[in-house]
Amino acid sequence: MAVADTASSVPGADFFLKGESGRNTRGLLRLIILCTIAAAAIAARLFSVIRFESIIHEFDPWFNFRATKYLVANGFYKFWDWFDDRTWHPLGRVTGGTLYPGLMVTSGAIYHLLRFLTLPVDIRNICVLLAPAFSGLTAFATYLLTAEMSDSPSAGLLAAAFMGIAPGYISRSVAGSYDNEAIAIFLLVFTFYLWIKAVKVGSIMWGGLCALFYGYMVSAWGGYVFITNLLPLHAFVLICMGRFSPRLYVSYTTWYALGTLASMQIPFVGFLPVRSSDHMAALGVFGLVQLVGIAEWIRPQLKSQQFQTLLLTSVLVIFLVAFGGLVLLTVSGVIAPWSGRFYSLWDTGYAKIHIPIIASVSEHQPTAWPAFFFDLNMLIWLFPAGVYMCFRNLKDEQVFIVIYAVLASYFAGVMVRLMLTLTPIVCVAAAMALSQILDTFLVAKQPTEPSSAQSNGSAKGPSDSKDKLSSIIPESLRSTKSPLVGIYSYLSKSLITGAITCYLLLFVLHCTWVTSNAYSSPSVVLASRMPDGSQHIIDDYREAYYWLRQNTEPTAKVMSWWDYGYQIGGMADRPTLVDNNTWNNTHIATVGKAMSSREELSYPIMKQHEVDYVLVVFGGLLGYSGDDINKFLWMVRIAEGIWPDEVKERDFFTARGEYRVDDEATPTMRNSLMYKMSYYNYNTLFPAGQATDRVRGSKLPAAGPELSTLEEAFTSENWIIRIYKVKDYDNLGRTHQDATSFEKGNKRKKAGKRRGARVLRVD
Amino acid sequence: MPPRKPTSPSASHPASAVKTPQTTTRATQPKTTSRTSTTTPSIKNAQDAQQIALGVWNNYLNHTPQRVKLIDFFMAFLILVGVLQFAYCVLAGNYPFNAFLSGFSATVGQFVLTASLRIQTNPENKREFEKISHERAFADFVFGSMILHFFCVNFIN
Repeated sequence: MAVADTASSVPGADFFLKGESGRNTRGLLRLIILCTIAAAAIAARLFSVIRFESIIHEFDPWFNFRATKYLVANGFYKFWDWFDDRTWHPLGRVTGGTLYPGLMVTSGAIYHLLRFLTLPVDIRNICVLLAPAFSGLTAFATYLLTAEMSDSPSAGLLAAAFMGIAPGYISRSVAGSYDNEAIAIFLLVFTFYLWIKAVKVGSIMWGGLCALFYGYMVSAWGGYVFITNLLPLHAFVLICMGRFSPRLYVSYTTWYALGTLASMQIPFVGFLPVRSSDHMAALGVFGLVQLVGIAEWIRPQLKSQQFQTLLLTSVLVIFLVAFGGLVLLTVSGVIAPWSGRFYSLWDTGYAKIHIPIIASVSEHQPTAWPAFFFDLNMLIWLFPAGVYMCFRNLKDEQVFIVIYAVLASYFAGVMVRLMLTLTPIVCVAAAMALSQILDTFLVAKQPTEPSSAQSNGSAKGPSDSKDKLSSIIPESLRSTKSPLVGIYSYLSKSLITGAITCYLLLFVLHCTWVTSNAYSSPSVVLASRMPDGSQHIIDDYREAYYWLRQNTEPTAKVMSWWDYGYQIGGMADRPTLVDNNTWNNTHIATVGKAMSSREELSYPIMKQHEVDYVLVVFGGLLGYSGDDINKFLWMVRIAEGIWPDEVKERDFFTARGEYRVDDEATPTMRNSLMYKMSYYNYNTLFPAGQATDRVRGSKLPAAGPELSTLEEAFTSENWIIRIYKVKDYDNLGRTHQDATSFEKGNKRKKAGKRRGARVLRVD
Repeated sequence: MPPRKPTSPSASHPASAVKTPQTTTRATQPKTTSRTSTTTPSIKNAQDAQQIALGVWNNYLNHTPQRVKLIDFFMAFLILVGVLQFAYCVLAGNYPFNAFLSGFSATVGQFVLTASLRIQTNPENKREFEKISHERAFADFVFGSMILHFFCVNFIN
């Protein structure tokens, strides 16, 4: 950091800064700076814990938390083959084989370590604070990676400081965000560091360590495919540039052989590394490296131009044949084609058309420009400069930075969520650019001017005697001297340094502001401001979940849209039908169909699935826009994908193509179960005829919907969560519609003796 | 693993291993060039190619140190085992696929690690691997093999 440089340029402290003790001082300073960065990284992530409470935030972390609790309570082996019968109700979920266990095992290990040290910490607190702790490690790993890249002593520390507080990374790693990314980014950066180290040194040990951390990364996050494709691409580009070296052979083959085996140990990954197209690049480059290695081995033994070309062509031919074989195998189906999630990165329109469930997630949208500036502030304009500087001094590791930067920029442009993988390289490249500037402008040392002191831009004017002296020296001699090119004026140095310092301070300010305002709000509790500025907390979610937990049977099945599956499982501890792990699209479509159909249709569906309670989220009273009516169209679309002739999206729009909930809503909309459940009894809150929906901003029809197959069981304080109980079959065997109308007594008045068309009884 | 034994002396006496091949390669450099230069202008027909292969083979036999030959023998053995496994897989089907994979990747991985050891201890590559002594290369090789075999044994169930 700048501190280190300014300290090293103070003239009076020569004893501490030169020689042996100087190295020690620098090491100590470096250590102190790194510890400070780690502390800042941790502290910046604690806003939500301090403001609200130590609680798990989003949807996905609730499952991770539940799995961790299971691991801690039952031990590793039971966790490894855990069949979870409390999710996906009729089906269940083989959890051990369908999750990445790295996160849970890490926090379980920390839990037991702290127990061993006689510090009994609750597992919830470990889970909440895991991401901040690992962000400190990420800063350290970034320091190591950048120190490998750049000769400058300050680049690593700058990169660590950037990585510690960059909002692009904080957004996924605040305290309470117990998601896979919490440890994955650390593993990503550290794996890259080990890879760079392996390529530089060419040792099996670094390659093996890289493979081990790659295996850890595979066990932690599905984004490991990024590494699986980036390292082969790096090797491939190096080969194409003619930079193949024995070091590359050693590091790449060691990494691939050990890393592939390591990744196959994870049950969720299984045989994918040999069976799926996502991993074929690594295999292909492995083969290519072997061929090139053999060719390079034979080449010095045959000193002929012709034979070299022969070898080169044979390598090329074998490569092409192998590539063709790969394509053939993919076409014939032996190797699985690209999975939908990855394919949608290339064909950006694919998900919207074919897999609505991927397109329905808000994180899978393209990124807007302001998001880059919001998440990375000044780093985003230093980033291209850093990449450009890599070209100026192109070594093996700089090639890696260039490739990583290009790929990650593309992916971050396609998907908001992948901003996360872009952040490390932006920090590294920006730190390299900035450290170059600082190295140039922060050195106060004046060069010992040779006799010909016509140095450019020098502040002190050359004296006359020196001028005379230089005129004596012949031109030929002068040209042999190295000219003094550089900036030696204190004014320009201090100006530039001051500007950079201002930018750095503004960056810190921006990061803190963004973290505090945008990324530190738990989604479980909604915070709002009262007119007098005091904070008002809306805690309807937990109110409703705890009602479920305490007032229903432990085996009561709850049907809700999949967004809330993990939270119901985690907080209410009740079995659910679908949850955020969207592995069975048809089952989700079933729930979507039940929500979007008339009661007569959805009641049998719910009965078939043994549903006891139905939970909907309704924000109409409070103006909470993320409610189920706004998500309703996705339910319809997903259901329509499976039953196109029973659920039609067109029926939910008015004749003019509007999506409305008021008087002009279509009959299909008003008869759908979701509409009825959301607005049931809602007009009783208002004077007659004045019921308004504050999210949609529309007046509701005077007569509210009536429910016959469900009864209202619970509605939270602000009407955000409404829970309905599914009625049992009618005692007399009537349909519920008949029963309710009989209760009301508004039918059969003048039915008389007329007999309906009935069929004969069949026994 | 019996073939690993012969590799160990190659690394345990690095000084001698360094010296001998260096001198020999220097001495034989002109000889190989002269041989190939006579044949290369016309490698269109198969006989010349055969001659070249023969020349390479003789060159290899004459100028490779004994320990490196042992490493090469081990690598050839690994290739043989791998080919046999693959042939059996093709003939008999791949029902316990994890068993096939772990066996096959054990041979591939061990081959690759041995090749890496051979590269690292090759005196011609001394410039590339300045920081790695021969003892270090061998210890790395053992480390890599241990990881490899742990994973293979774990994966074969």
